[in-house]
Amino acid sequence: MGQAIAFYTLAACILGFGVLVITAKNTVHSVMFLVVNFLFVAGLYVLLGAQFLAVIQVVVYAGGIVVLYLFVVMLVNLKRPPEAHQDRRRRGRLGVTCSLVVLAELVAIAAYKYVSPAAGLPPALPMGPDNVAQVGMLLYTDYLIPFELASMLLLVAMVGAIVLAKRDL
Amino acid sequence: MIDLLVIPLIKIVIVLTGVLITVMYLVLLERKVQAWVQVRLGPMRVGPHGVLQPIADVLKLFVKEDITPVRADKVVFTLAPIIVLVPAIIAFAVIPFGDQVSIFGKPVPLHIADLNVGLLYIVAVASIGIYGIILGGWSSNSKYPLLGALRASAQLISYEVAVTLTFVSVILVSGSLSMVDIVTAQKANGVWFAFVQPLALFIYFVGALAETNRSPFDLPEAEQELVAGFHTEYSGMRFALFFLAEYANMIVVSAVATTLFFGGWLRPFPSVAFLHFLDFVPTWIWFVVKTFLVLYLFLWIRATLPRYRYDQLMRLGWKVLIPLAIANIIVTAAVKVALSD
Repeated sequence: MGQAIAFYTLAACILGFGVLVITAKNTVHSVMFLVVNFLFVAGLYVLLGAQFLAVIQVVVYAGGIVVLYLFVVMLVNLKRPPEAHQDRRRRGRLGVTCSLVVLAELVAIAAYKYVSPAAGLPPALPMGPDNVAQVGMLLYTDYLIPFELASMLLLVAMVGAIVLAKRDL
Repeated sequence: MIDLLVIPLIKIVIVLTGVLITVMYLVLLERKVQAWVQVRLGPMRVGPHGVLQPIADVLKLFVKEDITPVRADKVVFTLAPIIVLVPAIIAFAVIPFGDQVSIFGKPVPLHIADLNVGLLYIVAVASIGIYGIILGGWSSNSKYPLLGALRASAQLISYEVAVTLTFVSVILVSGSLSMVDIVTAQKANGVWFAFVQPLALFIYFVGALAETNRSPFDLPEAEQELVAGFHTEYSGMRFALFFLAEYANMIVVSAVATTLFFGGWLRPFPSVAFLHFLDFVPTWIWFVVKTFLVLYLFLWIRATLPRYRYDQLMRLGWKVLIPLAIANIIVTAAVKVALSD
């Protein structure tokens, strides 16, 4: 019961701040709403007992990536509202397409659930309170190749950023 | 009910008041230490040897006019000092001030929470505090605060990397992310981690000076160039909140240094048997004494070293401290693997 209340409160806050992120007129305010949104997502992880993921969510997303967003937003002058596109009906058409895709996905999920209710995700692993070691174990055994691929991807991105920023190496 | 709610609440109140009073007197101590280094007397008028000076300072800050610039973003301008202060204070939640004590026969651990990701929690909380500085500088809508905020955030992001990497080598030695486990690991180890990880301690300390914007890395508020940096437009109580956060952060980094490298609440030489008579001193007193010794080092360095130039600061961070910290992790891991065979 308490968990359900906590979940729905957090979920409502996440959705509410998500809406604020895209409706805020001022870009800096929008970035700040995004930070609050990420903090609530971290709360959701705590609720699932995944404290390690919750803290990583705050360190990486709320504390790391969004700071860089904020830099960009502050240094690029965005005071002027973006000009409207020449084709006025473009926005409406895009909106209708997106909502149709989402509707199709929802119908597909419902149909799939109806056809094979038990299939789908494997059962969740039993997560003890000390799940740092568990996460590390999984990353370095079962998920070693995806983990290494992700680290290669990050390295490539890092080298690319340095090459772009420094033209005469 | 009592275990779940009342005892933690009492602890929170004690820690909060303790931190606030320590901040007030840390400011006085700083002025006194600076004065002694410069062969002056320091504050002497309010109370004997100026011991009541902090109270006068706080009263002054309360009654000063609180100005909001006309062109400022009002909401963000008000929120920024709060965003800086709150992370600085909630970081104390995971700091173990002492061993378990028994009050009326009830065992009470002297920390508010023992998270199994305690050290990462401190990193996470510290990374949120940066927003307050950036937003404070941006929302003032004035050039010096903006420049100060940009400098501060670039500096904090750079040195956060080096500091977090030193945590990794400590975690390798202790085998746990929990602050309490790190202290007990030092007890089992026989010596403080300062002797096991001297390089990590050095990098952590330099990084901590930069993270708290302390001299010789106080570029975000370099008076000669930037007036007062990101808080130039702040006055009265809102300025006081920035000030409070800065000193609270100093206490946090000193307490973390004590916990990670100086054995936390353990007495000196925890494994030497003939020093057992020292155990009559309560564990939290050792913790407070060690934290204050680290804090004194901060004040001493401020009075001694001139300010770095900005390019020197960045070169030191990225080209010296981060490679050193990574090398330290590799060596620590290799030694650990070699010893475990």
